[in-house]
Amino acid sequence: MDEWQSFSNRKDSEEITVIEAKNLTKRFGKQLVFKDVNFKINDGDFISLIGPNGSGKTTLVRIMMGLEKKTSGELKINHKHIGYVPQFRNIDLDYPLNIEQFVRLNLKFTLSPKQRKADNESIKTILTKTKLTRLKNRPLGLASGGEKQKAYLAQALLNDPKILILDESTASLDVEVKMQLMDLVAELNKKYNLTVIFITHDYELTKKYTTRALFFENKTLKEVKVSDVSEDMFEMES
Amino acid sequence: MFEYEFMREAFIASTFIAITAGLVGVFVVSRNMSFLSHTLSEIGFAGASFGILIGISPLAGMILFTLVSSIAVGSLSSESSRREASISAISSLFIGLGILFLSLSSESSSYATNILFGSIVGISSKEVQQLMILALFVIFVFIIFYKPLAFDSFDHIGARAAGLKTRLLSIAFLVTLALSVSIGAQIVGSLLVFVLLTLPGATAKYVVRTVPKLIMVSVGLSLVGVWLGLYLAFITNWPVTFFISGFEVIAYFLGLSYKNWKLNH
Ligand SMILES: Nc1ncnc2c1ncn2[C@@H]1O[C@H](COP(=O)(O)OP(=O)(O)O)[C@@H](O)[C@H]1O
Ligand SMILES: [Mg+2]
Repeated sequence: MDEWQSFSNRKDSEEITVIEAKNLTKRFGKQLVFKDVNFKINDGDFISLIGPNGSGKTTLVRIMMGLEKKTSGELKINHKHIGYVPQFRNIDLDYPLNIEQFVRLNLKFTLSPKQRKADNESIKTILTKTKLTRLKNRPLGLASGGEKQKAYLAQALLNDPKILILDESTASLDVEVKMQLMDLVAELNKKYNLTVIFITHDYELTKKYTTRALFFENKTLKEVKVSDVSEDMFEMES
Repeated sequence: MFEYEFMREAFIASTFIAITAGLVGVFVVSRNMSFLSHTLSEIGFAGASFGILIGISPLAGMILFTLVSSIAVGSLSSESSRREASISAISSLFIGLGILFLSLSSESSSYATNILFGSIVGISSKEVQQLMILALFVIFVFIIFYKPLAFDSFDHIGARAAGLKTRLLSIAFLVTLALSVSIGAQIVGSLLVFVLLTLPGATAKYVVRTVPKLIMVSVGLSLVGVWLGLYLAFITNWPVTFFISGFEVIAYFLGLSYKNWKLNH
């Protein structure tokens, strides 16, 4: 707790660090995924996490979320509450709930009428923020790829997280729909100072939207200039 | 028909059975566990015959067997395809064991028929009380875990991402499933209890779009099914299970047609 406090109240720089990794290393059994990863993520960053398939992007965010154990090193996360949109979801055509009900799943149980009212308000707010109000009664199973991603986003943002992690949310979307989704995320980033970690395979989106880029190479993570990000950084290492 | 004591008891018992089965069924369907509930019925049959063999009640034997096996399933690896294969291997073993236990015990074969196919006359008022207590327990667990269980059942990946303890939820659910199989089998029989545990929930999915409504429709279909079944069994003397499964199957196909009709309109 003390360490936590001093960490979050650090005044020696202007930026407030919300996530910091020091010499973070991860192995699955004998297989090394990454080693000696160091980075800082600051409040309000719109940061992309890039690298070829299998380089460890998903594993790193799963460690951040506490869903996977780190092997060694340190990881400090300032805000307990992170909104996380995982890479894969299994929503089939028969999925019964509509978009609003799907978002509501992330509400806590309550019997208090006051809390219920507050919950209904926050559902309304989040549907507005994510531009889903008009679509709230559409069955999620029948929604388009972009609408589904917005619904996942709305659900993850329901409890007002300070950090949002998107794991390849734009993969498999049409170019136009990709841009719409990213415009929306960029708006949330600017308006509400939401810190965004965006995992992607798309160097154009990286350049267009993000302000910093972390790049997995040779089993470690390094920061690169967004303007230097190029297509071949997403290809398999030989 | 309510002038007969046994019909009153059967009516009360089936009402509780229908409510729990309809409720649990919504989650059986959304968690893709129809197959497991089928297997648990077969394991329940072995448990009931075991109970008869060693002289405890068939209900107690069923609860014992279904609880142990559902918890065992819960602690198995999460690889779902391997799960199905190993579950069906286990279920064949249990059907064999059930037949063995029955043939070793000295009870008459009508007892076996009741366990397998269900009966409206076999139930005593003490058993009705036991069923009610178990049913209330299941409902209570669902009220306590309602929100997180709904999240985990309708969006497992999202629930994990939001930090829910999905393992614990899964075990709590399997316990209630085991209990529901055991109590449902008392009227419907272990051979067909999975009908009540899967069909109303599956039908509901085709007609409504919120979790509370899914529960209402599923419980409603399950209640109408057992009440109608009891009534028709009483006046025709045909097996109650026939009417119940007949009704639920018809409702299911009507629901499916409704869904397809809506898709095209
Ligand atoms: N649960 C796991 N057990 C073993 N190996 C895993 C597990 N999860 C991921 N890996 C391995 O770790 C490496 C990184 O995977 P991942 O983080 O999913 O990559 P990315 O998201 O960058 O495509 C891959 O080689 C993958 O096979
Ligand atoms: Mg990945």
